[in-house]
Amino acid sequence: MNTPNTFMAGPDEDGRFGIFGGRFVAETLMPLILDVEKHFNEVKDDPEFQAQVQGYLKQYVGRPSPLYFAERFTEHCGGAKVYFKREDLNHTGAHKINSCIGQILLAKRMGKKRIIAETGAGQHGVATATVCALFGLDCTVFMGATDIERQQPNVFRMKLLGAEVRPVTAGSGTLKDAMNEALRDWVANVHDTYYLIGTVAGPHPYPVMVREFQKIIGEEAREQIMEQEGRLPDMLVACVGGGSNAMGLFYPFLDDTDVRIIGVEAAGHGVDTDEHAASLTGGRPGVLHGNRTYLLQDDDGQIIEAHSISAGLDYPGIGPEHSFLFDAGRVEYHSIKDDEAVAAFQLCTKLEGIIPALESSHALAEAEKLAKQMSKDEILVVNMSGRGDKDVNTIAKAMGTVL
Amino acid sequence: MSQTRLKTRFDQLKAEGRSALVTFITAGDPDLATSKKLLMGMPGAGADVIELGMPFSDPMADGPAIQLGSQRALAAGMNLKNVLAMVREFRQADNDTPIVLMGYFNPIYSYGVDGFLKDAAQAGVDGFIIVDLPPEEEREFAIPAQKAGLDFIYLCTPTADDARLQLIADRASGFIYYVSITGVTGTASAVTSDVDAAVKRIRQHSDLPVAIGFGINTPDQAKTMAGLSDAAVVGSAIVKRIADNLDENGKAKAGLSEAVLSYVQELADGVRAAKA
Repeated sequence: MNTPNTFMAGPDEDGRFGIFGGRFVAETLMPLILDVEKHFNEVKDDPEFQAQVQGYLKQYVGRPSPLYFAERFTEHCGGAKVYFKREDLNHTGAHKINSCIGQILLAKRMGKKRIIAETGAGQHGVATATVCALFGLDCTVFMGATDIERQQPNVFRMKLLGAEVRPVTAGSGTLKDAMNEALRDWVANVHDTYYLIGTVAGPHPYPVMVREFQKIIGEEAREQIMEQEGRLPDMLVACVGGGSNAMGLFYPFLDDTDVRIIGVEAAGHGVDTDEHAASLTGGRPGVLHGNRTYLLQDDDGQIIEAHSISAGLDYPGIGPEHSFLFDAGRVEYHSIKDDEAVAAFQLCTKLEGIIPALESSHALAEAEKLAKQMSKDEILVVNMSGRGDKDVNTIAKAMGTVL
Repeated sequence: MSQTRLKTRFDQLKAEGRSALVTFITAGDPDLATSKKLLMGMPGAGADVIELGMPFSDPMADGPAIQLGSQRALAAGMNLKNVLAMVREFRQADNDTPIVLMGYFNPIYSYGVDGFLKDAAQAGVDGFIIVDLPPEEEREFAIPAQKAGLDFIYLCTPTADDARLQLIADRASGFIYYVSITGVTGTASAVTSDVDAAVKRIRQHSDLPVAIGFGINTPDQAKTMAGLSDAAVVGSAIVKRIADNLDENGKAKAGLSEAVLSYVQELADGVRAAKA
């Protein structure tokens, strides 16, 4: 395979990143999806719209988020200097709000009155319910019954924000099933409803749109590391479920080939077991939820339930651009098991006084491993994609503690 | 245009002055043997065209009835190879009733498009309705299928404007399937006046037969919709009859196929009364 001049050119006009992506949706949704694309193309280079987004990101979300030198974590690893990109400090506690601000302004521009969203860990649901409260729009969040069980604090938060949380019992009651149900609702309510997808997956233009609204993470990190270190980092590390925090951090660095980029999938009980969520490491290309991408599936093309202790990574697919970057060899994808993530969660909390989300803990666990192998003059940036207050019940259970 | 089974059937019904009853069941629901019995019994009960569902783990355009049917079929061990085997067996007994496979793209993609088309043609499949392949993705499967001499039936919805209707009409073969509600299968009933107007619009763009589906839940509605179009498609209402005849362990009760087929007969009577 020839190395392309740039890794930043995708998607093409059909919404493809190489063979990945596309628009595999029911006919009822097609006119609406084309309309979303039209509006997105209008606003993406519109200074007025961008200024509006920037205004909210600064005054409401609290951007820019700091790039924090994690001195004690670095000392513990004894290798590369480790920086945390502090998306956990955003309003609502994760990177998800970045894309929600952009998409809700787009939905308003399209004249939509009702917003639907899917959520796994509840972070995207909370972020969506938040922007719906802010703009006075009706909000329905689809959430798997299993996830509702393990993310009670976020469920209550969404309800306080005025959202209806609709439990999904189909399948294993996790993120995949919530997405199916959101799509079914959307088909039935196309006239007034906007589907605010939380990750860089789904039919075109969602993967590119969410990336564009998230790439501010990498743009800021780039500027901040230049300011603090006077050079680019040697390595970026981010966790990948659907992959929006990772695409946000990675995208502005894709053509800096000296920067090694690592995405971290959830290995659950291990990628050699049948309980994991590592679709690149353990899956193969297929078509689900509007796009072609790597999927966990059986020999007949039936989708297999994913497993991860982290609800936000518990998805049998991944954003199509990640599949492209994986096949192209530009980004490496590693995986971290449940227990390794729990250990990193505790380590970071004790060493840095930062309670990381279980999702981000996967990135931290891998960063710890990699930093150890690097020299002290090297720099590693890890995306602290969210805070872990929502996960304390899960951690307590994993530690055998009764709250 | 070559004389496919679908074309022959629709021509013949036109000559008879009536519309078609298109019945949907999922292959393998509730188990392989019962499902085969249902398939074999469909023409005798009055089905003019059979839609056979290829079960999928994530049927995003389907309502609860067909979702559950799909789950039952998968749990019973149905897969794409077995779907084709069922069609092959059906063809030995019936060489006239068209069979259209309906489902989602991933199992086909996983099977391999070229190999699947070859095997499907050999088994006696006549066409496909693939819910997540709109015209924008025609290169994936629709074009290769039509090149292989099989029909690719496009769905057409209330959300389509004239330009989109034309886009679909230009690509469609077999018949045009009008989705009469904005929603998933079996969740609402179609509004007669809206459907009437929609069918008239579609006819301005295409000479193909127009079938109506997604919103037909009773024999009466089947009669009404058949009167407005060339075919009434009934799926969820039949699949619900299967669910109604399961025991507490989800196994088929004695008399399931008779109960389901007698319901199909009621639907057929409705459709046949439409343009009598």
